[in-house]
This record gives sequence, structure tokens and C-alpha cells, in this order.
Amino acid sequence: MSFIDYYKILEVPKTASEKEIKKAYRKLARKYHPDVNPNDETAKKNFQQVNEANEVLSDPEKRKKYDKYGKDWEHSEAFERAHQQQQYQQYSGGGQQFSGGFSEGDFSDFFESMFGGGGFRQRKTQQKFRGQDFNATLQLNLTDIYKTQKQTLTINNKKIRLTIPAGVENNQTIKIKGYGGKGISGGPNGDLYITFNITNNSNFKRAGKNLYSSVDLDLYTAMLGGEITIDTLSGKVKLKIKPETQNSTKVKLKGKGFPVYKKEGEFGDLYITYHVKTPTNLSQREKELFTELSKLR
Amino acid sequence: MDTRNLIPIKQFCERYEIEFSFIDSLDEYGLIEITSIETEQFIELENIHQLEKIIRLHDELGVNLEGIDIITNLMKKIENLQNEINAIQNRLKIYEE
Repeated sequence: MSFIDYYKILEVPKTASEKEIKKAYRKLARKYHPDVNPNDETAKKNFQQVNEANEVLSDPEKRKKYDKYGKDWEHSEAFERAHQQQQYQQYSGGGQQFSGGFSEGDFSDFFESMFGGGGFRQRKTQQKFRGQDFNATLQLNLTDIYKTQKQTLTINNKKIRLTIPAGVENNQTIKIKGYGGKGISGGPNGDLYITFNITNNSNFKRAGKNLYSSVDLDLYTAMLGGEITIDTLSGKVKLKIKPETQNSTKVKLKGKGFPVYKKEGEFGDLYITYHVKTPTNLSQREKELFTELSKLR
Repeated sequence: MDTRNLIPIKQFCERYEIEFSFIDSLDEYGLIEITSIETEQFIELENIHQLEKIIRLHDELGVNLEGIDIITNLMKKIENLQNEINAIQNRLKIYEE
């Protein structure tokens, strides 16, 4: 746990007036508010920091205490403990010291340590009716999403059976309705947003529904034609090579690409680029034959 | 039969401690849609998320209704652009890998 410079967070000098603090807070709250920065964890964190800084600096008592102890906040912690102990003894059997109703992560450890966990104004963005939305990231391999699959995820101790449609895109987010936080006072549950992070574990390059790959061809097959076997995501495929195939020739294998998202049985195409490899380390005899060939042209 | 999940506005207003007139003005600005059945007025469950967002923008950031309308439209544009960027980035990957 380290010291947090609230003045730095609100971008104001230590001598800032109440009015200046209020102005700075409003400006930064508008900038980082989660509703204008959806799915932005950095903005969310900044918003929490700005709120926390404002919580302290806009309250004369808290500000005074913060200014007094500053970097020596550890002494403040000791002071606070002693103070709380004194207060606790004054309760008649009241074991509930902190009842602010704060969810975890609203304030930093530094703040909690210096000012305790409750008994102050709450300015954070909170749910009052509809449950909170949850966000999760699911790491998958490209080959995992070639077919629609079912997975059981555990999110916030709740098991969710999820159908992942084939052909989902990298960084695509899907909404699972009603699987977010519980609604309050009869309000609907929030939703669960799952973002797919897809790692390409194949030799293919993917662009939407189409796949791209390259195949090396030896000079003789390229010149005289022949047959090769290549791998696709649906298995091995035999390909006829036309005589006199040029380097970088592209062929399209219809329907051998990637499944189209939410269109069952529909597939993109696979594009193969031929790379003609010329022979190296030629023997004397090969050199002679190539020389002879070159004279024919 | 088409079934709709509706939330009574009265219940929502009580929970949020807001006046009905505020919801009514949101309807007038076209920011939400109110459904009336007999004498009771409702909002679709689907729109609660949007309504809560509007209330937060209004209460926490002091944005007026015109501002909320502009923000909502711009956010939609950003979302579309974000999806486009994502698609382009995924396409670019074929040249990077």
C-alpha cells in the first residue's frame, strides 16, 4: 500500500480552493465517467481515483487530516486505530463497526486505512434497480471456434453454460442476458458481457470468414503440373497443380474457409498462394541441363 | 402471442426517488418510450439500462436532456466505429502474422 497524491489526481495545487477542487473534480468526472467510457477499465479506475480524491479534498475535515499526515499516513493509521478503538468501547455491545455498505474495490487501501470504511458520503456510480453488468474475457484458440461448442464458465461463483457460436471474431463481445448482478427491489438482473480473445494456433491467417495460407511448390511440379495434398481446417485436401504455374499464384478453395458467424453450414473460402521454390546446390549435370534448356528459349 | 416485459414507472420512480415528470420529459425528448396500459404507465425492461444511464449522466454529471441526446448519439457512433476498427484490425493481422 502506498501513498496516493490526491492533489495530483485532481490536477490541482495543494493551495487549491474548494471552488477549484470542485471544478477540477467535475471536469475529470465528466472525462472518466463509466457511462461515457464503456468497457474502458483505465477510465473506470481513473473515475474511482477521481471520486476518492474528491471525497477527501472536498471535505474540509478529511482534507485537513490528509494534509497534516500526508506521506506519513502510517502514523495516521495508528492514530485512527486508537480512535476507533475508543469509539468501539463506547458502543453498548455494538460489534458492527463498519456498515457503510461499500462493495469491495470502491476505495483504495490507502483511503480505507486513513479514513476507515464507512460513515462518509458515497458518490460512486451505483445500481439502484437493475443489477450490475459483468464483463469477462474468454481466451480461445482459433481451432476452438471452428465448430460451435458449449462451455461451462464459472463467473462470480455462478456456473453458466455458454454456447459459443462458430466463427466468432477476435475481440467480439456477446451479451448473455440476465447473467449479471442481481436486480434490486424487483429490478431486472444485469447482463454478462463476454469478450472473446482469440489466439491463432493454426498455420492459416484469418480475415473474417476467409482463410489464407501459402504452400511451397517445387520447380518441377510448378512447371509440369502435378498433385499435392494440403491441410485445411476440415482435413486434408488433394489439389491439382496446373502445368506452368507461376510463383505467387493464388487459388481459391470454395467453402474451405472459416464458418460464418451464426449462419450454420455456411463457410468462407480458403485462399492458397503458391510459392515456387527453385532448386539450390545444383549438380554439374543439373547445371548443364538448365543451360541446355535456357538455349531452347 | 407477443409478450413484453414491462416495469411500472411508478415503481421505478420510487426506487430512484425521482419525479414522474422527469421520465415524462425523457419521453418528450424521445430518449425513452413510455407504454400506457389503461391508467398505468410502463417502461420496457429492455430500456431500463438506457434509462439508468440517462439518470446517472443527469444526476452525476449534470448533463441536461439535450446533452444526453447528443451523448447517446455520439456513443452509438463510437460503438459502430469501434466495431469497424476491430474488424479492420483483425483483417490487418493477416499481414502481421
